[in-house]
Amino acid sequence: MIKTDVAIIGGGPAGLSAAIAAADMGAHVTLVDRNQELGGQLLKQTHMFFGSREEYASTRGFDIANILKEELKKRNVDVLLNTTVVGYYKDDGVWGMEHGEDKFVKLKAKKTVVATGAMERHLLFPNNDLPGIYGAGAVQTLMNQYGVVPGKRVLMVGAGNIGLIVSYQLLQAGVEVAAIIDAAPTIGGYLVHASKVRRQGVPIMTSYTVKKAYGNGVLEGATIVKVDNRFQPIPGTEMDMDIDTMCIAVGLNPLVELLWQAGCEMRYIPQLGGHVPVKDENYETTVEGIYVAGDAAEIEEATSAMVEGRIAGLNAAYTMGFDNGHYCDEREKAIKRLQDLRSGPVGVKISNGLLKLAEEAV
Amino acid sequence: MISEKLLREGVADESDLKEVIPPDWALEKGPVAVAECFQEIPCNPCSTYCNRGAIVFENINDRPIIDYEKCNGCTLCVSKCPGLAIFIIDKNFSEDEATVMLPYEFLPLPKKGDVVTTLDRYGRPVGKGKVIRVQNTRYNDKTPLISVTVPKDMAMVVRNIRVEV
Amino acid sequence: MRIESHPILEFKRGNALKFIFDGQEMVGYEGETIAAALHANGVKILSHSLKEGRPRGFYCAIGNCSSCLMKVNGTPNVRVCTEPLKDGMVVETQHGKGVIK
Repeated sequence: MIKTDVAIIGGGPAGLSAAIAAADMGAHVTLVDRNQELGGQLLKQTHMFFGSREEYASTRGFDIANILKEELKKRNVDVLLNTTVVGYYKDDGVWGMEHGEDKFVKLKAKKTVVATGAMERHLLFPNNDLPGIYGAGAVQTLMNQYGVVPGKRVLMVGAGNIGLIVSYQLLQAGVEVAAIIDAAPTIGGYLVHASKVRRQGVPIMTSYTVKKAYGNGVLEGATIVKVDNRFQPIPGTEMDMDIDTMCIAVGLNPLVELLWQAGCEMRYIPQLGGHVPVKDENYETTVEGIYVAGDAAEIEEATSAMVEGRIAGLNAAYTMGFDNGHYCDEREKAIKRLQDLRSGPVGVKISNGLLKLAEEAV
Repeated sequence: MISEKLLREGVADESDLKEVIPPDWALEKGPVAVAECFQEIPCNPCSTYCNRGAIVFENINDRPIIDYEKCNGCTLCVSKCPGLAIFIIDKNFSEDEATVMLPYEFLPLPKKGDVVTTLDRYGRPVGKGKVIRVQNTRYNDKTPLISVTVPKDMAMVVRNIRVEV
Repeated sequence: MRIESHPILEFKRGNALKFIFDGQEMVGYEGETIAAALHANGVKILSHSLKEGRPRGFYCAIGNCSSCLMKVNGTPNVRVCTEPLKDGMVVETQHGKGVIK
């Protein structure tokens, strides 16, 4: 059995930041990730990040992954790659992990930060299981990590940031984007991202949804339809799209299986992406010693995930008695940072969700 | 107030643009930046990278309001804008031509002297322009800046190019 | 189809690897997943649904959704979207739930 002070589950932006923060406080940190490489979904982000210098704004996502990995290397952190945490022995406080193909390893940590991220939602329509229909993030992985394009002509479903960004990246990879559609009446993502794809000639059609997909074995086309302000299809507005690829970018769900299993109190908060753990200001869940950070805590941007990781990592170490003398400053700075990031109009949804979570937690 | 059109289609309309078009006196004095960033989002690199203090933020969600007394169109903010929303306009390139400098993250890159198709905010062709400068240094970090000539009255219309192959 | 040139990324492909998909020899590269290699070879149908036998491709590409289960070197239910490709691998379309030997 491996023993450590702070275990971090997940090596994406939140987990890496948590590991760095906890190690800086003086704790022994073990970072576990199921992939072959650290970085999580940062590895496939080719666009420059928003935010400010503290969160590496204007740096491309994959470069941020490299910066965080370099920072991690400077610290004494044990990294277990190709290792999937598959369960939690509640009575003993032990995590069970599958390491490689056939090894089962146990990990006992005094504190744990769960930074498992999120997974893509799907959308309900006839033939939504045809090969050629992917999560938009899946296409990003295929294109930007493995250098393979999914097809020739794409329909993007969802005009949030992921839909807009992946559309732009498809164009950069030489793939035609037939249109971006969204059932909502307005564009959900940042308007600067929308304008970027518009000036490449890609139409954005709000108040449209997918009526059905079709194809013999693989996707060959789709029918889209206009919806009214109650999201009901308007007969006679159907349009056929000649496409071989459809990307679904209709939001993410937090990956919280481990938190459920550990007995953390959970609440269903739509604004935060679904079932999320109840947590305090330090990102500690209702199970003492189990912290959460990033998309597993609530669906938001990678910038805030990094700050949350910092908060969780700092507190996990501090509550065990580790302090490099900067705990109070660092904690205060990070909490202020999160407030700043969420203080504008695009932070309203997340702020409302957090408020609701706090209300329902009582 | 963001226009319905921008919110629904992703293209700024005249009411949006009115807020960011530099005043005539600023355009007269030389190249200046135009920040087509109409939404309050948590992002401030344009302010961080400006050497002249021409874009000042009090809150990270502020919109970039350019102080044209200070902006000299130096281009430092353009490739650092994660939204690729900043353009440099030089109204005085020649008797009847202006130049638009725009970020361009596509292949193939045009070369200086090439004639390219100029596009508007919808990606529609609106004319031809000559590439007078391609800025692609380490600082640009794979967001090359292309400066292209346009008729003076198209300086606030042209926002993209297409390189014909 | 593989991306040959890209404005932001450089793809440093590893050694070429030969593998077999349903009896057909294909070439992929070290460092890529089985699903990526199959896609580059034009194969989108990876699996079939249990009850109706409907064709399935991958959906999430990060090992979550189990839409891409295939038989690899005789082992069923391998998530090919995250499984690294290795030289000489035998990849087969899986029918049914598979049997653990």
